Amino acid sequence: MSAQPAPIVAEPPPPTWPMLRAMVGVGLLCGILIATTFLATRPTIERNQAEALQRAVFDVIPKARSSETYLWLEEGRFEAVGEDARREGPRVHAGYDAEGRLVGVAIEASGMGYQDVIRVLYGYAPDAAAVVGMRVLESRETPGLGDRIETDAAFVANFEALDVSLEPAADGAMRIAHPIEAVKSGSKQNPWEIDGITGATISAQAIANILRRSSSDWIPRIQQRLDDFQRGES
Amino acid sequence: MSGDSLWSIFLNACLINNFVLAYFLGLCPFLGVSGQLATATRMGGAVSFVMLVSSVCAFGIQWVLVALDAPYLRLISFIVVIASTVQLVEMFIKKTSPALFRSLGIFLPLITTNCAILGLALFQTNKGFDFLECIAYALGAGAGFTLALLLMAGLREKLALDEVPDLVRGTALSLALAGLLSIVFMGFAGLGG
Amino acid sequence: MEAPDTTAMGAEEFWKGLWKENPVFVQVLGMCPALAVSNTARNALAMGLATLFVLTASNAVISLVRHVVPKQVRIATYILVIATFVTLVDMGIQAISLDLHKALGAFISLIVANCLILGRAEAFASRHGLGASLLDALGMGAGFTVALLSLGAVREILGAGTLFGLPVLPAAFEPWVVMLLPSGGFLTLAGWLLVFNAFEQRRARASAPEAREVPG
Repeated sequence: MSAQPAPIVAEPPPPTWPMLRAMVGVGLLCGILIATTFLATRPTIERNQAEALQRAVFDVIPKARSSETYLWLEEGRFEAVGEDARREGPRVHAGYDAEGRLVGVAIEASGMGYQDVIRVLYGYAPDAAAVVGMRVLESRETPGLGDRIETDAAFVANFEALDVSLEPAADGAMRIAHPIEAVKSGSKQNPWEIDGITGATISAQAIANILRRSSSDWIPRIQQRLDDFQRGES
Repeated sequence: MSGDSLWSIFLNACLINNFVLAYFLGLCPFLGVSGQLATATRMGGAVSFVMLVSSVCAFGIQWVLVALDAPYLRLISFIVVIASTVQLVEMFIKKTSPALFRSLGIFLPLITTNCAILGLALFQTNKGFDFLECIAYALGAGAGFTLALLLMAGLREKLALDEVPDLVRGTALSLALAGLLSIVFMGFAGLGG
Repeated sequence: MEAPDTTAMGAEEFWKGLWKENPVFVQVLGMCPALAVSNTARNALAMGLATLFVLTASNAVISLVRHVVPKQVRIATYILVIATFVTLVDMGIQAISLDLHKALGAFISLIVANCLILGRAEAFASRHGLGASLLDALGMGAGFTVALLSLGAVREILGAGTLFGLPVLPAAFEPWVVMLLPSGGFLTLAGWLLVFNAFEQRRARASAPEAREVPG
């Protein structure tokens, strides 16, 4: 710390007991303070986080009225997280309509943008075999240019119906028929293309890359294990 | 964070998101010790070294805290452990290599709980890096800090000979310079894409 | 040091932080974790208030325990106390508003490395009673908040044409995006320092013939 003058003067060895007493006392006090506040604020923080997550999920799956988080397990199936929210692992959020039917799955993805890592959440609707919504969770793109991936209505509208239908590959597994790609602003022709942004080419490209990578991983999995998300019978 | 090569993490920490010029971390030594090139070089070396040590420490602490399920102790343990490890390393260097100690030693107490060091520990935890990525990140951050410090020191050595109005001389001038350097560093954005 | 008129003395402890010894504009302390979040007035205000709280609380505790803590371990104790309050603030902000917490990010935790807080603990709270330490902390914290707010306001007005999210400039105004970028933070702070220097110089010239060093 620059504010602290370093005492170099040799001093007689200090008595141990007061030092120990002071450190332990202060440490104890601090520990109690932290633990109390942690216990007091935890319910609110967890509620806030759950609400924020639910808002984001509803945002990218417009038809959803309730949501549930699922873990992707090593052995190749999805399982509801349930009460134990602390379990680690890759996860997706399923959205259901008022009758409890699955209307979409929200997936988190991240990748390098122009300035730093961009994190997005996007919603996939199995009926339509399309991405139905996308929201930027975190980005440090240049204000006024790169941040138009969040603010530009025309760009965001790209993700209201973005084709990610599957086709069987040569080895029998399913894969995305037409990988998502970004094209020059105004030249979108096919439902799997994203209309870019003039002046934010790299950021728009980055979003397309993130979605392409993530969708080719997740969507075949989800499509194959759709039954895992059915509510009621378990 | 899979898919990011170690090299791009290094570049990101060093140039694109330079700790001093993009995150304003470590401004105190940046403004305080950038008067002369020779001092700046040694300071840069010391900071890079401490960054490496604390990055390893922070990785260990995070591992322990996750195992204990005690995230609320993170800040306190980062500070305490990093500060004491740096002290230990300082004593060790003093014993084994007096020459190295003379060139780095006087700076070590100054930077043990510097914001850049703590920032590095916090950022690498937030980004969820694994061990090798942490090392790459720490090396990049250290190199970036040293680079910024050296550029600044070079400019200020030149400036010392120039005629500058009294009003501007001092911190204001250094800050304006840092602002211009920061614009220059923006040109590196996109390298990692 | 002991003045007979305690009220005047107390007021002095408070006001010096706001102007004469303003931590940011005069002492240029504690800028590291603060500049990064001064891109909007709202973030700057939140950061300032968080720092004010940590400063006041830790100054109070340190002033209370100053007689029982041996001086060999005092710095360690101070850091422990400060880190505790920063952790509290961090959790508090998360409970109040997640959006705000996201905007400030790791920089809340970095308050702990703010030289200003340890500086006041060492230079003031460890030598003075509770009342004086509280006033000193409140004054310094308020000075810090005001300074940060003036940085944030300038950056937001010029960079986005708004203040606290409300438009204040005519729509024809083309925002200076550079003000929102990191370099804008450096340049705005440099600008404010110039303003302060100019004031100081004029006052020094008016009051005394002695030459006054530009603070820095």
